[in-house]
Amino acid sequence: MYVTQGYHVRNAFLRQPMNSSAADYSVRKHHYASELATFLPREAIIDSPEELAPYESDALTVYRSLPLLAVLPETVEQVQRIMRWCRDNRVPVVARGAGTGLSGGALPHRDGILLVLTRLNRILDLDPERGIARVQPGVANLAISEAAQPFGLYYAPDPSSQVACTIGGNVAENSGGVHCLKYGLTVHNVLEIKVVTIDGDLITIGSQSLETPGYDLLALLIGSEGMLAVTVEITVRLLPLPETARLVVASFAAIRDAGNAVSRLIARGVIPAGLELMDRRAIEAAEAYARCGYPLDAEALLLCEVDGCPEDVERQIALAREVFTGCGAAEIRIACDESERLLLWKGRKSAFPAVGRLAPDYYCMDGTIPRRRLAEVLERISGFSVEYGLPVANVFHAGDGNLHPLILFDANNPGELERTLEMGSRILRLCVEVGGTITGEHGVGVEKINDMCAQFNAAELRQFHALKAAFDPDGLMNPGKAVPTLERCAEFGAMHVHGNEAPHPGLERF
Amino acid sequence: MAGDATLELQALVSGAIRRHSPLNIQGGGTKQFLRPPGSGETLDVTPHHGIINYEPSELVITARAGTPLREMENALAGESQMLAFEPPHFGEGATLGGTLACGLSGPRRAHCGGARDFILGMRIINGHGEVMRFGGEVLKNVAGYDVSRLMVGAYGSLGLILDASLKVLPRPETEITVVLTYSQTAGLAFVSSLARRSLPVSATLVERDKVYLRLSGSAAAITAAHKQLGGESHETAAFWNAVKEHQHNFFRIERPLWRLTLPAHAPLADLGGEYLIEWAGALRWLKSDADPTRIKKYVREYGGHARRIDGADTAVLEHADLPEPLMRLHARTRAAFDPLRIFNPGCLHPLL
Repeated sequence: MYVTQGYHVRNAFLRQPMNSSAADYSVRKHHYASELATFLPREAIIDSPEELAPYESDALTVYRSLPLLAVLPETVEQVQRIMRWCRDNRVPVVARGAGTGLSGGALPHRDGILLVLTRLNRILDLDPERGIARVQPGVANLAISEAAQPFGLYYAPDPSSQVACTIGGNVAENSGGVHCLKYGLTVHNVLEIKVVTIDGDLITIGSQSLETPGYDLLALLIGSEGMLAVTVEITVRLLPLPETARLVVASFAAIRDAGNAVSRLIARGVIPAGLELMDRRAIEAAEAYARCGYPLDAEALLLCEVDGCPEDVERQIALAREVFTGCGAAEIRIACDESERLLLWKGRKSAFPAVGRLAPDYYCMDGTIPRRRLAEVLERISGFSVEYGLPVANVFHAGDGNLHPLILFDANNPGELERTLEMGSRILRLCVEVGGTITGEHGVGVEKINDMCAQFNAAELRQFHALKAAFDPDGLMNPGKAVPTLERCAEFGAMHVHGNEAPHPGLERF
Repeated sequence: MAGDATLELQALVSGAIRRHSPLNIQGGGTKQFLRPPGSGETLDVTPHHGIINYEPSELVITARAGTPLREMENALAGESQMLAFEPPHFGEGATLGGTLACGLSGPRRAHCGGARDFILGMRIINGHGEVMRFGGEVLKNVAGYDVSRLMVGAYGSLGLILDASLKVLPRPETEITVVLTYSQTAGLAFVSSLARRSLPVSATLVERDKVYLRLSGSAAAITAAHKQLGGESHETAAFWNAVKEHQHNFFRIERPLWRLTLPAHAPLADLGGEYLIEWAGALRWLKSDADPTRIKKYVREYGGHARRIDGADTAVLEHADLPEPLMRLHARTRAAFDPLRIFNPGCLHPLL
């Protein structure tokens, strides 16, 4: 995620083919609009540049592009007709929910239409007896939990954008959140989806049973970034709200100790509901922003939340205290009531905007690594920071090994954005080198398409393209995203590193 | 490396591709009863075995497909961890690869998740003879399509599983089993209602007039839950193992055995036989001489799936299980991995 504050870099790295003249573009736009108007209400079609402007990017604002048209269907049948029309006319189509994605997955295609699903926003059924909710894709993630709350239930995956992000977008990205170590990702909490294919067919994938005959296409489609089908209905599993949740905050004089504490806690058999780590820069920024009482003399802070029945929670709190003390924690605080718990969380939850105040711009990375390499990777990121002259703050899901280094920069300084992106790529390739991945939860989109060349070899990329073609033979759905072409990788010249199989794995790479 | 037969397996697959000759993938041979007899040459995966990496603090184990499940379970038990989907073995020599290919999960399925939920990554050989790696050993990974999860339950038809990385969980500190008395219908209603209650239940079984619940967690939590639920104590480890491995008395009588997967709320239909119900109502074993058409019709009506599993001589799925256009997507997915249908043709479905 690149967040710019008061400064816009328009289309800085966006290369889309200009294969038509402006006049031709305008003719096509009107022609498409009039064709779509034969089966869509006029107000469901947006074609003026002013009205299209809000759709030119998702939350990764460095990439911007206006689509020819945006369409906002209100029924599944309209989605089917739109898809068939796109297929028949060979028009690219990009699906979009609330546009909170952080990897440019919903970036419009200049020659295509943007399929905005926010008007499909109804909760169709919420059955507390069966513990399921059937919803349309435009329903906000948090709205499901709010609707389930009176019945003592909730929907577990909670991405930080949950107030706004849609469940359809969560399915496309396989979104996680703070609680996924214990409660899983979207793929673990969705039972069934209805999708529309590029042929306009409406297909049910998965089922309300625990097993579905045939291939696990549900697992394939969740996280497929809108490349294979458009999700128009989702059945999610609801969980009983935990009886109790308690938060332990431990400060450490060395980040390595905090990293070790994470591994040891898990080795002791505790699966926290959330386990977050912040480094000194993040702690200071969060404290200045939220005044939540974090110790300012610490190099690292661990926030460890445990939930469940009161007896289990007591036992886990005791174990956490013992492990953190053993790992040299300077101070351990246990939130004594709900308001203190929420205050301590507030610092973590406001860490991104808080860090954002430290510099004109920041770039949020999203790699995952094996937890045992945490200290080593953080040290190497500090090395990059010195090398590139760009400060880094670290706030992340330590329990999952999911890093979110925030690189601070000023896009007004010539060359600084380029240096930032290069350093970001170095961090991602370091993640791959230690056996991790270039994206833990934000998706590839357009942002990490070059970095995919580092994680996958030619055969693997060909396999992805073959799968894509099985669903979308003409490549009309979200073209150019998620999986790079082999030509692109050759041009990018990325060194393919595969865990321990990197050439000369013992060599430091700076 | 000892136990690494990647190159040998790749050479065998490449040879079969050149000859357009199908392969019948085999591990420990313990799950033959779940599939039709293979028509091709047998590809023995057991030489490719051994745990490659096990880091208890990472909650991850990586092993080769031919690794005996027993070996993995012993290694995990040594660190007080477990495969939380509790896969059945169905005999000595059950392997990791076969378990994943068949997508088998045990009594914890409804409470902790199934085989597919614990997959982090895989190395496979596709129908072009290429060795490929998807996913990895980390808990969160959204780079590329989730190919490794897609392999689970594909009965080998999308490629040969070489190695798999799985998320593991700590073993619960304490486990007890309580038995309550209910009619079978009331028992089903009771277990399916557990989904909305915060109880440390890790397995359920509904017999004729008894409900067995396994409780897992800290000693204090188990005591509290037992007090709340009531019921008599019952043996735990041997009992659930017998259920999982089909050594329970129910499985001993010679009548056609059906495996029904259903939404947990689906009513208990009278299908002229006896039921044994697991997974909080979502998995029902049925012993019945009833007309197969009648059984399948009832199950489909509720959005479930029925399969006769004693001495299977037909494909796992039949035509009616994959209606168009879902069938078309399956055929194209199969072709995307294995266009010549080298791996286990006709095993999952007559046309796949």
